[in-house]
Amino acid sequence: MPIKTSAEFKIEYMQILDESGNVDASLDPKLSNDALLEIYRQMLLARTFDRKCMNLQRQGRMFTYIPVEGQEACQIGSCFALEKSDWIVPAFRETAAYIARGMPIKTLSYYWMGSEKGNSAPKDVNAFPVSIPVGSQMLHAVGIGWAAKLKKHRTIALTFFGDGATSEGDFYEAINFAGVFKAQMIFLCQNNGWAISIPRSKQTATQTLAQKGIAAGIYSLQVDGMDVLAVYKATKDAAERARKGEGATLIECLTYRLGPHSTSDDPKKYRNQEEADSWKKKDPVDRFKLYLQKKGIWNEALEQKLQADADALVENGIKEAEGDNVPKLEDMFDYVYAEMPLVLKEQYEELKQIENEKKAAGE
Amino acid sequence: MPVEKMNLVQAINACLAQEMERDPNILLMGEDVGVDGGVFRVTDGLQAKFGPERVVDSPLAESGIAGTAIGMAAYGMRPVIEMQFDGFAYFALHQLVLHAAKMRNRTRGRITVPLVVRAPFGGGIRALELHCEPIEISFINTPGIKVVCPSNPYDAKGLLASALQEKDPVLFLEPKRLYRAFKDDVPTERFTVPIGEAKIAREGKDVTIISYGAMTRTCLNTADNIKSEIDCEVVDLRTLSPLDEKTILDSAKKTGRVVVVHEAPKSGGFGGELAALIAEKALMNLQAPIQRVTAPDVPVPLAKLEEFYIPDEFRISRAIRNAMHF
Ligand SMILES: Cc1ncc(C[n+]2csc(CCOP(=O)(O)OP(=O)(O)O)c2C)c(N)n1
Ligand SMILES: [Mg+2]
Repeated sequence: MPIKTSAEFKIEYMQILDESGNVDASLDPKLSNDALLEIYRQMLLARTFDRKCMNLQRQGRMFTYIPVEGQEACQIGSCFALEKSDWIVPAFRETAAYIARGMPIKTLSYYWMGSEKGNSAPKDVNAFPVSIPVGSQMLHAVGIGWAAKLKKHRTIALTFFGDGATSEGDFYEAINFAGVFKAQMIFLCQNNGWAISIPRSKQTATQTLAQKGIAAGIYSLQVDGMDVLAVYKATKDAAERARKGEGATLIECLTYRLGPHSTSDDPKKYRNQEEADSWKKKDPVDRFKLYLQKKGIWNEALEQKLQADADALVENGIKEAEGDNVPKLEDMFDYVYAEMPLVLKEQYEELKQIENEKKAAGE
Repeated sequence: MPVEKMNLVQAINACLAQEMERDPNILLMGEDVGVDGGVFRVTDGLQAKFGPERVVDSPLAESGIAGTAIGMAAYGMRPVIEMQFDGFAYFALHQLVLHAAKMRNRTRGRITVPLVVRAPFGGGIRALELHCEPIEISFINTPGIKVVCPSNPYDAKGLLASALQEKDPVLFLEPKRLYRAFKDDVPTERFTVPIGEAKIAREGKDVTIISYGAMTRTCLNTADNIKSEIDCEVVDLRTLSPLDEKTILDSAKKTGRVVVVHEAPKSGGFGGELAALIAEKALMNLQAPIQRVTAPDVPVPLAKLEEFYIPDEFRISRAIRNAMHF
């Protein structure tokens, strides 16, 4: 009997804006000028805050910080395709995504300043907290998208994760559940080529990460992660499919973290400068600016105004956070349970008493 | 024996290098342990020395690391795996608790898992969220796996050398706050510190303080600062499971007053076990209730609140005085 082919798959790759800022008219999502400028505003704000955080960490005003520089298109492009009632479920490098969703600079600052207030999004921002344990958060997005489907809501969930995260068992469980239950959600993979010191090639033997989604029976594709329009369009299409009940999508964004893994990391130990330099030429903010310029809606005066606004927002947010950030013993005991159990109350009172004794002893 | 000044990182690194020379079956595996030399640089230089097959940069998957290491260990290798931070050991919990710890027992000794799991442990470095989880109790309460936690470079080198000749899986907890805190005179040649033996880190007659890991340092400092008033004995457990009951009980009987100190939350924490042991076997020698100095029963807070969470000298000396003047 001849051997037959049981199934065949392919992975498509989408780029809309090339490195010189030219747009592919057939794929252009045709956003309004206002929308385009809003995307640019968010990108500048994210980059300004990100660089500021790196500086504050060096000055000891923040603890460890995880920079986003290079990945702004992935986060802002995808969030721009969401509706207000949708949810994002980030990992730990999603500062730009939080900004795009309207998280106050003050709250973001609290987190990296090591304050408990930093994980609490305002009521009108549908965002899960930072998720440090790699890969664990994707399942939550599947759960949200599944529940929304059961409740017949149009809400979808979008989860962010890295190339490294696709090695965790939780990732495979998440794509599998999403496939089985046709959850209304999106897997937004930021393949930045590195998981701390481990290159993508040592993470998995597959050609692409996107094909893992195919293995779970969900629609999957690759996009240029330095191209904000491509990320936007892929997310918009995925969101539409999800809202129509056609299930989840996995979008693999090919991107790069231009900075270190975190402020405690030294990339010189494991990657060469030429690689970083070659990616710097694809910088998502520069490329988008070039496009806006070609389109005739950007000029130097606008740049200066947007930058001044971003600077002011960042300065104010940080000032507010630093102005109200004295740690209090009760912060640690609040919100452990809906109601504080008696045993906890007693422990709190004992520690409070010790605090007072310390003060009296001049410590 | 010739000695060298080493901090905790250097002592562990030196031990791994020495043991790998001795036993070709030893293999290191973990996230970023090779090219990068580990996020704390504990395995720095080892891949250059022993090659990428013996110092393996694994995919980002703790359960994968632990699970494959179980197979390797059963097949005659001696994997030393790293959990990059204590909190991420939870990703490997089912492999370590349900498989590694039980394999000998379930197979009536036919298959064994001589595996060492290293993990930077505990707080005090203002790390990111979930990078300082007090995981010890999950493993202490798991029969079949040994739990070791040194408080200084000398013990670390000797205990790790012992762990690498153990017949059973060992969880080796490295107090990350002590990695570069101070240096000891550590023999450059191979030596061992036996697993299962506590140490009297400081002799005293009035009050026994029992602790482990980074807290041992805080207890020793407290004992020094209070010595004109109260003469404290400090028991450094070094091995948390199986427990050296004799050293604990001898000291408790001698002083009749006991303070136990750890970073983990109080309820269900190891301090309760230590207190129960002493109450069971030395109650009649006690002259005061056993004092526990621990974290409160709350999630490990973000960096800003760390100082409220981790027991400090003030709290420990207060407990010592409570025991003394009961
Ligand atoms: C379960 C778990 N293991 C290890 C770590 C330590 N760690 C933090 S980020 C990271 C690499 C993540 O790589 P990737 O998913 O590609 O995301 P990126 O850092 O590139 O954004 C590692 C190993 C962690 N936070 N959680
Ligand atoms: Mg990555």
